[in-house]
Amino acid sequence: MKKTLCICLVLLISLFCTGFSFAKDVVKIGLITPLTGDVKTFGESTKNAFNIALEEYAKTGKYKIVPIIADDRNDPTEGANAALKLISQDKVLAIVGPLTSKVAIPVSEIANSNKTPMISGTATSPKVTFSDGKRKPYVFRACYIDPFQGTIGANFAIKQLKVKTAAVLYDVGNDYSKGLAEYFKATFAKGGGNVVAYESYQKDDVDFSALITKVGMKKPEVIYVPDYYNKVALIAKQIREKGLKSALIGGDGWDSPELIKIAGNSIVGGSFTNHYSPDRKDPIADAFIKKYKEKFGNVPDALGALGYDSTVMLLKVLDNVKRPTQEEIMKALTTVKNFKGVTGRISFDKNGDAIKSAVILKVEKDGFKYLTTINP
Amino acid sequence: MELLGYILQQCINGLQLGAVYALIALGYTMVYGVLRLINFAHGDIFMLGAFIAYYLISRFSLPIYVVFALTMLCTALAGYIIEKVAYKPLRNAPRISLLITAVGVSLFLEYFLSLKSVFTPNYIAFPRPFEVEAFDVFLFTVTNVQLIIFAITGTSLGLLYLLVYKTKKGTAMRAVSYDQEIASLMGINIDATISLTFIVGAALAGVGGILYGIAYPQINVFMGIMPGIKSFIAAVLGGIGIIHGAVLGGFIIGMSEVFVSAFLSSTFRDGVIFVILFLVLLLKPTGIFGKRIDKV
Repeated sequence: MKKTLCICLVLLISLFCTGFSFAKDVVKIGLITPLTGDVKTFGESTKNAFNIALEEYAKTGKYKIVPIIADDRNDPTEGANAALKLISQDKVLAIVGPLTSKVAIPVSEIANSNKTPMISGTATSPKVTFSDGKRKPYVFRACYIDPFQGTIGANFAIKQLKVKTAAVLYDVGNDYSKGLAEYFKATFAKGGGNVVAYESYQKDDVDFSALITKVGMKKPEVIYVPDYYNKVALIAKQIREKGLKSALIGGDGWDSPELIKIAGNSIVGGSFTNHYSPDRKDPIADAFIKKYKEKFGNVPDALGALGYDSTVMLLKVLDNVKRPTQEEIMKALTTVKNFKGVTGRISFDKNGDAIKSAVILKVEKDGFKYLTTINP
Repeated sequence: MELLGYILQQCINGLQLGAVYALIALGYTMVYGVLRLINFAHGDIFMLGAFIAYYLISRFSLPIYVVFALTMLCTALAGYIIEKVAYKPLRNAPRISLLITAVGVSLFLEYFLSLKSVFTPNYIAFPRPFEVEAFDVFLFTVTNVQLIIFAITGTSLGLLYLLVYKTKKGTAMRAVSYDQEIASLMGINIDATISLTFIVGAALAGVGGILYGIAYPQINVFMGIMPGIKSFIAAVLGGIGIIHGAVLGGFIIGMSEVFVSAFLSSTFRDGVIFVILFLVLLLKPTGIFGKRIDKV
């Protein structure tokens, strides 16, 4: 009896505390993003975009935003720790991020069970918003999901590249890579193609010589490598060193200038599905790109663009709700329709996933070139 | 014929991997020989070697042989310092303290070097000092990177053999590994011999680090963990404390990794390696070349 009373009291106090902190005009927003580690360029551009969004909001917004930025190193454990700290110690109203699916999945569980709204810009695994047959109501994302991306990759290979045989190499410990690989394989087979090799590797692998020799025997016309740029660069290099001429295709994890820097000529000619292309003419996107370029000296990648979109969307919702509580924000987010973002119009479906079109980019010596847009 | 070519090609891949494991395994086995210590920090010295080479190439663009010489010098120094600072004060402590210290040194190196002001925890592209070229030989292709790895590993092993079996210092090393007390009664300077062992082991790990960086041009501060563990298994497999055992063990582990990936699935690869470790410990704990259970 005493115990329950104690728990109730603690709950009451914590409820009071959170309520109290909202009474002032200060709102804390957390950002979880990989600022170091194997995908740090993703984290950096997201952080830059997040800061631009906050700066713009500061001019017109209703509240004073206190940002709290945490580094997840693209490590699920680090991400979960960061989320717990943001929620229980810093008492943030909402979280932007994390970027990658493997970190976003555990973080989404924490955010959802603590009733803290979370918007990930770029975590594309279906499990981020939906798992065990249940929708996580507090979790949203500003991007499309892996089934869509993997399917588009396969259709691109069949229809545009007109190939019949493909090989898939994926990271078995990464939900993002695994998801894309599965949907690519299914769609490619359905479209009349033949997946001649479907091979996995592990996160810390650097030697792919055995795998590539094995794949090379089957002589695939394309090799699908759905992973992040660092690993893709390493694999691409070894593929070319083994004398394979197959075309390379991949997913949004390729979107980093580091890819061309590390892989050099090995990756030139490859193509990948992405969320947006800075080449596409659009007033909102152009304004954002211009501002980003002035501040940070380079063109933002899709991760930055989506980070910006998710932050702006969250702040807009924040201004529209009567009281800035986590529940109100969550409810308001579910009603977002046709939000005009840098990466196109965003509406959430019943799972909190954005309904969006994808673009296909081609890797050239000096950067990524826009090829085509594909609508859902 | 095609299958034969495939197998030969995979053999080359296995030799490449095995050569690097052999270089690291030597350090484990030599230190174990003289000190009965599994030096867990050894994998991190390997990583240190790769980073030092990276800075020498990218900042000072030194020719490759100078890079090798300087890197070996630096890692040897690091090995010497680690021995003096961390292990020497524990010379008479229980062996378990030494082992825990080794784990501590390893974690210290990884997390200290991953600080933003030191090497940062990021993945860094390792600049190759030359372009890769492939040569078609008979049924398979060899790259110049592979040839360089074979050549340098072979030279290092040869020099190590000369050092251990043909010099006074080497005789001292073998004597210390046989029995420390008796060796010291014979007038052998135990501390100097142990230091020399660490220096040689660390220099070899440094060479391994550079070769690894050239072969798989991407480095980070945690890159030493897996190769370290696998080389340790290689050393156990060959018979820990036995130099030619470590070399053979390294090549067996490299080959098994490649052939598991080639004919089964790469998901089983690490599993198979650890099964090998279990089997060795169960069936012949002293390893392939081990003759007797060491007295404690």
